[in-house]
Order: sequence, then structure tokens, then C-alpha cells
Amino acid sequence: MPPGEPFIRPAWIVDNLDVIWQRLTEHVGMTLTAVVIGFAISFAAALLIRRRRTLTAVVLGFTGILYAIPSLALFAFLIPFTGISFLSAEIALVSYTLLILIRNILLGLESVPPEVVEAATGMGYTPRQLLWRVELPIALPIIVAGLRIATVTTVGLVTVTALIGQGGLGYLIVVTGVRGFFPTAIWVGAVLSIALAVLADVALLGVQRWLTPWSRARGSAA
Amino acid sequence: MTGTPTTGAVVALEHVTKRYGPPGTPTAVSDLSLTVPAGEICVLVGPSGCGKTTTMKMINRLVEPTSGAVTIDGEDVSRLPPVELRRRIGYVIQQVGLFPHMTVGENAAVVPRLLRWPAGQVRERVTELLDLVGLDPAAYRDRYPSELSGGERQRVGVARALAADPPVMLMDEPFGAVDPIRRDRLQNEFLRLQARVRKTIVFVTHDVDEAIKMADRIAILQRGGILAQYDTPNTILAEPGSEFVERFVGADRGLKRLSLMRVRDLPLIEPVVVRVGERTHEAQRAVDTSPVDYALLVDAQERPIGWIDGADLAGGGAIDPSAATPGASLLEPETTLRDALSAMLASSVQLGAVVDERERILGLVSVDQISAVLQTAALPAGR
Repeated sequence: MPPGEPFIRPAWIVDNLDVIWQRLTEHVGMTLTAVVIGFAISFAAALLIRRRRTLTAVVLGFTGILYAIPSLALFAFLIPFTGISFLSAEIALVSYTLLILIRNILLGLESVPPEVVEAATGMGYTPRQLLWRVELPIALPIIVAGLRIATVTTVGLVTVTALIGQGGLGYLIVVTGVRGFFPTAIWVGAVLSIALAVLADVALLGVQRWLTPWSRARGSAA
Repeated sequence: MTGTPTTGAVVALEHVTKRYGPPGTPTAVSDLSLTVPAGEICVLVGPSGCGKTTTMKMINRLVEPTSGAVTIDGEDVSRLPPVELRRRIGYVIQQVGLFPHMTVGENAAVVPRLLRWPAGQVRERVTELLDLVGLDPAAYRDRYPSELSGGERQRVGVARALAADPPVMLMDEPFGAVDPIRRDRLQNEFLRLQARVRKTIVFVTHDVDEAIKMADRIAILQRGGILAQYDTPNTILAEPGSEFVERFVGADRGLKRLSLMRVRDLPLIEPVVVRVGERTHEAQRAVDTSPVDYALLVDAQERPIGWIDGADLAGGGAIDPSAATPGASLLEPETTLRDALSAMLASSVQLGAVVDERERILGLVSVDQISAVLQTAALPAGR
């Protein structure tokens, strides 16, 4: 840090609102892309596992290994194939969501009481109707819990993709802040990134509560 | 049963066998044939592992038979798509299996919605159903299952099963998870409901007393899904077809049988009725020719007051109320023979005075008559 440089230069923030806003929307975009694609893959994988139980260990093992790879190493592996690109960043981000999402979708579906499935089948639900109208709605709180963890994790990880030229708010932290010896940018990037994670978490919780009014209706007689 | 016409269908099992393993392994159900007449309750009962639930589930194809056929009104169920078949059969299970994410009203509306009834009609039907099972639609429609008691959940389960007015209902230990007092109430309510809707019901239980109470016909199954006996509760209690059935229904089967019969099923004995102030001569002559040794003293409204021993009438003169043994056992035509016997055995004169709703004497029954009933297999006329 150059001597005499203050932690925060409010003037810089005011002058660079457009840049900050651009990085913020980029961050949101990268997070959303990763979580949406990750969820789609996880959903398909979970349904596949339900059909073929033997796949459970393979899929969870594989995604577990992905989850364990340090993010920096994963980028390094990917660069020879997909270069320093948005694609490399997203492949890594998506990879990290899979374990949590698949596990929670499976746990959610397993949380459906067997007698509910039996009653539904006995009343003439088709397997598809059973899944969409009974099992998934009941599994929703646990699935959303998984989405919240995956989203918060991804918001944090997006900053690391600044190392391969992406990064959203991470660009402010790594490139402008650390490499440019400019603490204001580090502060702005970090605070906004945290705020974004908290906001996403609370928003998802709100959506879940709104979608599952029954999960709060407990107890007058129970 | 009342004269309500049945909306039920005939359910028939023809030589149905179910084996979960390969050929040669033990059977869950073995060469089972039985016909449930339309509008009757058939109770499948037996010890665990007797295949009663498997048998029931072959009717709505939750289980497919290894061989044999199941028909509903003559139609082979294996030719119907399972989903379509199940929407025409009500299904109630012990744990109820209400959908926790749907309100009571939505739960009851499940099958009509699967059948794509118009929304207005569904709403009307839900109101009707909740009324039918004794839940106030205004108070219950929008509650969630987690807000209900066990008994209330079971009622919603029954309403849900009846929603599309299916001709056949399958009930797997429907009252098994409720405490005995509430179970008794739910059973009575259900019998009243059945008197109105007259569905064909296949009911599974492991409880003999529940079977006797609920059934028009009982199918007793033994291990391996072998049908030990299929008959009315009375015949099963009077003439158990095998030692297995005899042991299964219990040593008190005579008393159980008496609880199936009512006083109105017996031919009443004409009483010798006397009133205060009447002369004893005529009464004495009447008692001499009567099968009963007592004259019944009644008041001005024909209500029994007490018994007068035939021997006490010998002296001549007027009837003396102080000579009467007070407190005749009053029975109603609806009293079960089990209760009648118990009342008569408790009083010093072992006769029962059968009275109408204003307590006017209709006739007498004796302990001997009841013990005679126990000797015979057939039910007295009237049931």
C-alpha cells in the first residue's frame, strides 16, 4: 500500500459507481448462472439416482472429489482445455454446487413419509404427478436449504475467479485492490460480496417460507 | 342395514395366488377365491403374515397377483390401467397418509382434481364430504393436517377416499392408530356412514372384535394366505370351520355371538299381566298354562312394576303389590342378547321384560331362550 493511502476513499466510490455496479451485476450473473446450471444438473442426477440406487455412491463420490479440489487447482486444470475464460470459471463454480445440491435434493425426497407415497399411489397418481405434486413440494424446504448453502458458497467463490480474469466483485478485490495497492476497492468488493451472500440467503429463505405455508402451521392439536 | 340402495360393485377374487419369490417359495396368498356382494363390508382378518394386506392390494393393483384374477362388477382389473383403476377405488390406510403440504380441503379434493372435475363442482363436493364425516367445512377446510388430532386426520382420510364416490373402498387397518375409545366412536360413525353410502368395502384388520363389529362377512386367513373360513360373523362364531378359526376367534365366541343378536330377534313370550286390585284366580290359571312361573305386575300405563310368583297367587282374593318382587329387568328390542343376558342374570327373577319406547310391556324373554340360541347355529329370524 502506498504510504499515506487511506483505507477508504469515499470520493473514489462516488466517482466509480458505474464500475462498481457493473462488477456487482457481473457477480450476480455469474452466481445465478452457476446455481441455475448446477441445480439443473443436480436435479437430473438426483432423479437418475432414484431410478438406479447403485449410482448413489458413484455420483456422490465423484461430486465429493470435485468439492474437495482446491479452487485454484481446479482453475489451473481447466485452463489448458477452456482457457482463461468465463466458461472455465463457470465449470468450476458449477462443480462446487453439485455435491450440496444433489445431496439435499435426495434428502428432501427421502423426507417424504412412505405412507404419503402409498396413499398417493393408491389414489391413482401417476409417477410424474407423484413427483411434481407431492414429493417435490414436500421436499422443498430441504431442497431450498441446499440452494441457500450452494448460493452463499458460490457468491464467495466467484471472487476467486478474478484470478482467471473474471470475478465480478472479485475483480475489484484482486485486480484493482491487491494488485493496485488500493484498499478502498478491496473494502468495496468484500463488503458488497458479503452483502450479496446475506441478501441471497434471506431472499431464498423468504421464497421457501412463501412456497411452504404448511411447514409453519404446526401444532394446535398435533 | 337400511334400505338405501347400494352404489357398490361386486368384488371377486378367483383362485388368486401371490408369491413374492420364484416358484416353489412360500406363498403370500394361496389360491384364494371369494366374492364380496355389492354394498357389503368384507373384513379380511388373520394373524400377521396371513396375506390380508397383500390380498387387499391386489384389488387396486398395488400388488399384482402371480396367478388368478380379480374382478370388479365382472371386469378383470388387470385389463384396466392401474392409475385409472385406482381413481375408482377409495383407499384408506392406517397412517392415513394425508398430504402435509395441502389443506384439509385440498386433501379431500385430490381424486376429483385428478379426474379433472370443474373447480366449482370440486368445491361443492368437498363441503359435502366434510359434512359427511362430521367436520365443519368452514372450520376445517383451510387447516393443514399438522393442525389436526389423530381422529380428525382419520376422518379426512375417509372423506378423501370417498371423494369421487367410488363403488369400492379399501381400508387397511383404518382405525388401528387411534386409541380404543376414539376407535369405538370412529367405528360407529363409519357404520352409520356406510348405512348411507352403501359402498362395497374390503377392510383389513388383525383385531377379531373389530372384524365382528364391522363385517357383513369375515374372511379369516391363515399363514401363507390360505382362506380358513369366509362367512357371516354369526356363522363363524357359531360354527368355526376349523381348529384354527376356533382358536383365532377366541374362547368367548359364544358371548361374542350374543353381541351380534338383539332381543327383537327372539320370539317373545306372552306374559301373564296382572294389575293391582285384580282377582288372583284368573291369574293363577293363566300362570299354570304359561311356560313362565311368574305373573308380571304392571301399572295403569302397562309399565312393568315387578314379578309375582305363581305360588303366591294360590290364596285367592285381590292382587297384593307388596307380594311382588320389584324391579323387572327392562329390555328394549334393540338391546343385544349379551346385555340382556347380563341384566337377567343380575336380577333374582331370570326373566326380561321387553318394553317399547314408553316402557310399555311388549313381551318376555328368558335365560333359557338365550342359551337355546347358543346351541343353534342359525340366527333367529329378523337379521
